[in-house]
Amino acid sequence: MPVLIKPHRFDPYAALVEYQKGLRAGSYGAVVSFVGVMRDFNQGGEVSTMTLEYYPGMTEKQIERSCQMALEKYSMDDALVIHRVGEITPDEPIVLVAVWSAHRSAAFDGCRCIINDLKQHAPFWKSEQGQQGTRWVATNTPDITKDDT
Amino acid sequence: MQINVKYFASMRERMGCAEQQVQVSELSLTVEKLWQGYLADVPLPVNTLVAVNMEYCDLTTPLGEGDEVAFFPPVTGG
Repeated sequence: MPVLIKPHRFDPYAALVEYQKGLRAGSYGAVVSFVGVMRDFNQGGEVSTMTLEYYPGMTEKQIERSCQMALEKYSMDDALVIHRVGEITPDEPIVLVAVWSAHRSAAFDGCRCIINDLKQHAPFWKSEQGQQGTRWVATNTPDITKDDT
Repeated sequence: MQINVKYFASMRERMGCAEQQVQVSELSLTVEKLWQGYLADVPLPVNTLVAVNMEYCDLTTPLGEGDEVAFFPPVTGG
């Protein structure tokens, strides 16, 4: 279950396909992916760029823990997580969570579990730049449909 | 003993540096004692998260030689 931190723009869909080439064909029956993308607005304000900071070492460790927790909770086979850091502009991907499993239920649940746990525990911090200057994002938007954590 | 302290995001701006090394003579040192006695004259900002050696912990966590203590605001990744 690789966890990658990328300082430059990445293509989440190409990364998913590339990683999947290394999995045994026929061993999985469901692939669910979540891609978080940068908006050009937040909390009523326009956002032109965003800078993502992280805690090297601890961030990877926390995401690996999120993946391990999902693996123990659901019948997942594998997962891939890629997260951007550095300066990001609107429409760029921020995060990819991809999960492979035998059946769709575990893939959906595992993917949601990982992204929710990542958002709650992985040490990343966003600062947004816009017409109103630079501001730190204070909190993440909660997942109101289901709480896996 | 030496404690390595790191600050991230708004905590780094508030403290004016990303990291510092602190020499501590106190034997029963905790995160709270480190903050109050060696790092700042003001209470730790509300909602500040703390990690010791890259594991989340609380203010009562004991510290030892060479520990890395990080202070940072709520996380906002994903």
